[in-house]
Amino acid sequence: MASAVSSLTRSNGPVARPLATRDATWLRYTLTALGLGFLALFLLLPLVAVFTEALRRGLGAYFAALNDPDGLHALKLTLLTAGLAVPANLVFGVAAAWCIAKFTFPGKSLLITLIDLPFAVSPVISGLIYVLLFGAQGWYGHYLDADQPWLPGLQAWLIEQDFKIIFAVPGIVLATTFVTFPFIARELIPLMQTQGNDEEYAAITLGANGWQTFWKVTLPNIKWGLFYGVILCNARAMGEFGAVSVVSGHIRGETNTLPLHVEILYNEYQFVGAFAAASILALLALVTLVLKSLVEWAHARRHA
Amino acid sequence: MSRSHRSVIPGFGLSLGLTLTYLSLIVLLPLSAAFIRTLGMSWDDFWTAVASPRVVASYRISFLASFAAASVNCLFGLIVAWVLVRYPFPGRRIVDALVDLPFALPTAVAGIALTALYAPNGWIGALLAPYGVKIAFTEIGIFVALTFIGLPFVVRTLQPIIEELEPEFEEASASLGATRWQTLRRVIFPQLVPALLTGFAMAFARALGEYGSVVFISGNMPMRTEITPLLIITKLEQYDYAGATAIAVVMLGASFLMLLVINLLQKWSRRHHTV
Repeated sequence: MASAVSSLTRSNGPVARPLATRDATWLRYTLTALGLGFLALFLLLPLVAVFTEALRRGLGAYFAALNDPDGLHALKLTLLTAGLAVPANLVFGVAAAWCIAKFTFPGKSLLITLIDLPFAVSPVISGLIYVLLFGAQGWYGHYLDADQPWLPGLQAWLIEQDFKIIFAVPGIVLATTFVTFPFIARELIPLMQTQGNDEEYAAITLGANGWQTFWKVTLPNIKWGLFYGVILCNARAMGEFGAVSVVSGHIRGETNTLPLHVEILYNEYQFVGAFAAASILALLALVTLVLKSLVEWAHARRHA
Repeated sequence: MSRSHRSVIPGFGLSLGLTLTYLSLIVLLPLSAAFIRTLGMSWDDFWTAVASPRVVASYRISFLASFAAASVNCLFGLIVAWVLVRYPFPGRRIVDALVDLPFALPTAVAGIALTALYAPNGWIGALLAPYGVKIAFTEIGIFVALTFIGLPFVVRTLQPIIEELEPEFEEASASLGATRWQTLRRVIFPQLVPALLTGFAMAFARALGEYGSVVFISGNMPMRTEITPLLIITKLEQYDYAGATAIAVVMLGASFLMLLVINLLQKWSRRHHTV
């Protein structure tokens, strides 16, 4: 009730403000012009430039550039990577939010900080640490070269399969998972903390077991937050550049994701191709923004 | 633990176990690899790797460009957040959604788009070229890219704080005879300072590690426009794993310090706000 009142007054705020606490008209116009001008220059113009550059030679050249086997392979790899990294982080995010929001235990705030850690790490370093672990010079490489390895059968199998992690798809998936690790957990933890445990207590008192409580009570309550986190996580997973660049090895038609494909074409001065591939990623970003805004508005209306 | 914190809700062991296992495998173990690898270096090797003139020049440019970009973001982020919350105008929701573009747009796409705009033959570059102003392939280009990626941090940190400002303070200030300017400066601005600093720290931290949007526009000249993350990649391409790792450890130290600063600022902000 209290929240409904305050959000109503808030949405009426700008219009119903008394004269004495309203900014002068000249100030309003100046600040609006400055703010919108800055956004137009720094956000809108780059977005427009992507599509203009992609269409510079006309629609025919644009579609010809899109219909490139290496580009299509890069798109497939990008979808595969996001398709593996996002669900993994989704399961983790729900588990992390469940134990953090529903229980008290020592070291909880440390755990929250550790979950945030990948946000603080440079993408390049996110790739580097996997090279150190799994590269030819790293622990995995040493394991493959070892004379008397731990689990010799596994070593023989890995060598026989020529199973590579770095400069191969598993490394790309791992680095992407690291970079997108906190997104869903970060969305769910505060949401579940504010929702409290009352509904879960009620469900369990009425005889539901843990899974029933989760599927029928908790999940419907957090579904928008979950969806929101998945959208953001997916956008980053498909667009990640720095970390993937370090672990991928840039092998055309094999370990190139769409952002890396953009880079290769750009560095070869194939600008139409580079911007055509970039326009696909820009469209993805726009879809992300639209979905994100829809979720926010749906959420705001429900709470209004 | 289960004895002292008994809860009727099940799944504590399962969810915590899953969380800790996954956290350790994906984040903690790989991160510790960087530190363990550095422990194998002698102090002299480490110092040569992290303090050679080229590396120090890269710290300098990364730090200065990030600082400048975060500062500009603070100024314009404050204006944008204020306009979005306080002034109704047509299309406000679309503009509000657009603010998140740097979060959603892949950094490589942002990088080539900004380069196309600011190169000497680009829309903006061509306007400035007659005056001898070069942006792409200079330090200013790095600053432009870092400004692009940092803006949403400041706006999104300030917006909720501005929304929740109590109108009573402004009314009291106005009824006591303060001019609007005095109210803005003495009553409203101090309430925004913690959030502004938090936004600055987040934009700055993000800018320090940024790679994708910068490499295209910076020109990557050693000693002049080579940022630290790019230097790590260069070392890796030369198979200098020890050198790359040593620089990475220095950067990780800086990142963790920033994370600590941000956490402290957020705590301060929350306390400031509930009073």
